[in-house]
Amino acid sequence: MSNKYTVQGASGEFEVIIGLEVHAQISTQSKLFSGSSTEFGAQPNSQVSLIDAAMPGMLPVPNMECMRQAVRTGMALGAQINKYSRFDRKNYFYADLPQGYQISQLYHPIVGEGEIEVTLDEKDPDSATKRIGVERIHVEQDAGKLMHDQHPTSSYVDLNRCGVALMEIVSKPDMTSPREAGAYVKKLRSILRYVGSCDGNMEQGSMRADVNVSVRRAGEELGTRTETKNVNSIRFLMQVVEIEARRQVDLIEDGGTVIQETRLFDPNRMETRSMRSKEDAHDYRYFPDPDLLPVELDDAFLEECKQSLPELPDEKRVRYENELGLTAYNAAVLTAESETSFWFEELLAQSVERTGKSDKDLAKQCANWLLSELFGALNKLGVTLEESPVSPSQGAELLSLVADGTISGKIAKDVFEIMLETKQGAEQIVEEKGLKQVSDTGAIEAAINDIIAANEDKVAQYRGGNARLLGFFVGQTMKAMQGKANPQIVNEILKKKLDS
Amino acid sequence: MMRDLTELGIAAIRDGVAAGEFTAVEVTEAFNANVAAARALNAFIVETPEIALDMAKAVDADRAAGKELGKMAGVPIGMKDLFCTEGTQTTAASTILSGFVPHYESTVSANLWKAGAAMLGKLNLDQFAMGSSNETSAFGNVISPWRIGGGNDAPLAPGGSSGGSSSAVSARLCPAATGTDTGGSIRQPAAFTGITGVKPTYGRCSRWGVVAFASSLDQAGPMAHDVRDCAIMLGSMAGFDPKDTTSLDLPVPDWEAALSSDMRGKKVGIPREYRMDGTDQDILESWDKGIAWLKDAGAQIIDISLPHTQYALPAYYIIAPAEASSNLSRYDGVRYGMREVPEGANLQDMYAATRSAGFGPEVKRRIMIGTYVLSAGFYDAYYTQAQKVRTLISQDFEAAFQKCDVILAPTTPTASFSLGDKSKDPLAMYLNDVFAVPASMAGLPALSVPCGLNKDGLPLGLQIIGNMLDEQSVLNAGLAIEERAGFTARPDKWW
Repeated sequence: MSNKYTVQGASGEFEVIIGLEVHAQISTQSKLFSGSSTEFGAQPNSQVSLIDAAMPGMLPVPNMECMRQAVRTGMALGAQINKYSRFDRKNYFYADLPQGYQISQLYHPIVGEGEIEVTLDEKDPDSATKRIGVERIHVEQDAGKLMHDQHPTSSYVDLNRCGVALMEIVSKPDMTSPREAGAYVKKLRSILRYVGSCDGNMEQGSMRADVNVSVRRAGEELGTRTETKNVNSIRFLMQVVEIEARRQVDLIEDGGTVIQETRLFDPNRMETRSMRSKEDAHDYRYFPDPDLLPVELDDAFLEECKQSLPELPDEKRVRYENELGLTAYNAAVLTAESETSFWFEELLAQSVERTGKSDKDLAKQCANWLLSELFGALNKLGVTLEESPVSPSQGAELLSLVADGTISGKIAKDVFEIMLETKQGAEQIVEEKGLKQVSDTGAIEAAINDIIAANEDKVAQYRGGNARLLGFFVGQTMKAMQGKANPQIVNEILKKKLDS
Repeated sequence: MMRDLTELGIAAIRDGVAAGEFTAVEVTEAFNANVAAARALNAFIVETPEIALDMAKAVDADRAAGKELGKMAGVPIGMKDLFCTEGTQTTAASTILSGFVPHYESTVSANLWKAGAAMLGKLNLDQFAMGSSNETSAFGNVISPWRIGGGNDAPLAPGGSSGGSSSAVSARLCPAATGTDTGGSIRQPAAFTGITGVKPTYGRCSRWGVVAFASSLDQAGPMAHDVRDCAIMLGSMAGFDPKDTTSLDLPVPDWEAALSSDMRGKKVGIPREYRMDGTDQDILESWDKGIAWLKDAGAQIIDISLPHTQYALPAYYIIAPAEASSNLSRYDGVRYGMREVPEGANLQDMYAATRSAGFGPEVKRRIMIGTYVLSAGFYDAYYTQAQKVRTLISQDFEAAFQKCDVILAPTTPTASFSLGDKSKDPLAMYLNDVFAVPASMAGLPALSVPCGLNKDGLPLGLQIIGNMLDEQSVLNAGLAIEERAGFTARPDKWW
């Protein structure tokens, strides 16, 4: 069966072509051309400089940290870095744009072509991968925000966001399904967060996408595309592709024509609506900003950008598989988000330090504990990894108690529960509650002797061939030892006694 | 037997204050009186006699306390109303900025105050510095102190856009004033009023806090009685400013100290393309005199070619309006200045009403031209082409400065004209700047120095254009002319 995504119309199947323009807010303290803070959620108009407000005679001064982050992002996408780039003005009037123009990079963007490899199903390690081209990344100013709900007849404007640096990451029209589009943004977001150039927070608007969609019958020329603006979640993005493709197919089949236009997504009504057609489109009158010199990057700058790049998710995933011996699935899940991999690596490093064992020996245990125990607990608590009540160092403390046989894996689960509740360290809990595993064969043997004596019928059944009863004896022994007996030793002694 | 302190220029005032011959307050009071008595010239939009006195008092106090005085200590000046001045209304002579009082001080004006200068007031200008006769100001025309005389009392143009500056300096309302030059706006008014004006190399003076006309061309510069005063004042205005990325990160030379009119060993280029039809005979004769004076100063005169000169003005009238159309977008009625909201108006209506009422006709004309040349389908034919022309003009000058040290040319094709003469014919008005625009397009330093009177008794100026960063050679050649021209003519006081 072909995995190809198509939209079924009455007259046949249609292919969908998708291109994305992702706007990612660059994580810097100050704005692209002014010293104002970029912090989210401040009082309206409290982070506005004379430059942001476009007072007469004010001039922009580029924040080179923004350019550095764009370059690092480009490098992470294996993209061409343009040592010469330039800012242009995009002219239009709107109340959220005090200058009357947005400073952007049309003619000479700072980053050229690159690509992103996406895995279509991250849960499936054997799932197909696809390379999606990145056309360019340019740096530009964000606009302010209009507030229409403050006054019955007037609108207010908050200029805090005005002038904040954005990267516009433009893909090639290489995606052909909602899933590919979703996977692309997910992967892009992951890379941005690894690089540290954008926090990827779509809810706060630090990442949003303009979604270009067109449809065509197989083998035909590209259809006319529409652009749905400012889509702010991956789920919405996938819905937009689906809804917009459906709308275009229906339109074509009804004898209509898709017109090139800008549309808005209404998640409540699950529809896209026309915002303005190409005829109404602004003529932005782009021209080089005469207030700014071209940006020329030297080799030392580029080298520093390169050196400062962290290990990226794809490299990490391969290393986890090959060097740490993790399963492809675990490696993929651990590296999908930078926070998870950082947490994992910290947990592993601390465990190595505590136990003196090699990271390869401990990796599997750490991965399993993190992905099942910790994630399970965080899920229940409804918090993110960053908000975890247990730190990697505390996790390592717990795991090393298991690794050196101080407690059993089962007891570890109980200890972890207590850790979550009390925030106490594992060692302290084990000490105070007397949970240390008993590996003293004498004590275990004594307990086993009592159990065998008390269950002669079951012993007979076992010896008669009912091997499954071993579990019963293990259980009884553990119960008698309050779960603290070393299960391996319990097994050994039981087998010796029952089989003799 | 009080001497008339308003007869003095920058150097004389600075030296006199420093020597204790008179106080800064006395100087300022004298100029304040002249300003108050000369309202007929309409040179000032705002007079600030109290501010000037306070600043002068501070200089006197510093002197009394034995502190080191700045390079312009005690010199009151006029400030073109394109420079934002903290606490004093700044309008660019436009209704759209009526009532705008900046909370900040332009770098250039701040530098001048730091050097000890005092502000007599804000000088009138062509609206947003767009004009060559000072007839586009929303605050009325500036009148030149010069008249043809002999019964002809027709008001004459002081030039533009720095017409308030030229009129005020020429009429001794201030010993010096700031100007800005985008395509001749310092040099042409200086020539029209018999004073000296310098446009330095693009980037010498910070543009921060100067209301923008055309960012890639705008340059501030001094307007004063003579070359030395301009050298002093430019030294106080110039300097690197991290707030303007186009400002030059270079030390400011001591131009005054290195002034020399000895032109021996220097080559002066005479561009043959500047002999244009429509240039007054008087102007051509003054040019010949200039050649003779520089020869006399020891210079070697050589013929040079600037082959793309004829394209400079048309290209300028694409690039400057293009940048202006964008620079002036911020005047939208939303945050400051004028706001017009007709009944039931939406945002677009408010923009349209505000900008219709706030901008004058010449500003609107240039916004329209600029918008047109940047629009889709026309951009390459106009803007891109004009930028190519600009590069060719720069290359013309580069080639010329392989052969010569400075270039001598007229500043303007005619002397001053009557107000109203050209205001209805924009193209005729634009031609005023035909000799001034090429140096602006190439970002080169240039000055205008008075060289005599025409047959109507009106002043004429000669222009010296220098190589990039070589203000010194420009000033020195200007000084050589000044010494030989012996220009002492003054307008008869009628105001």
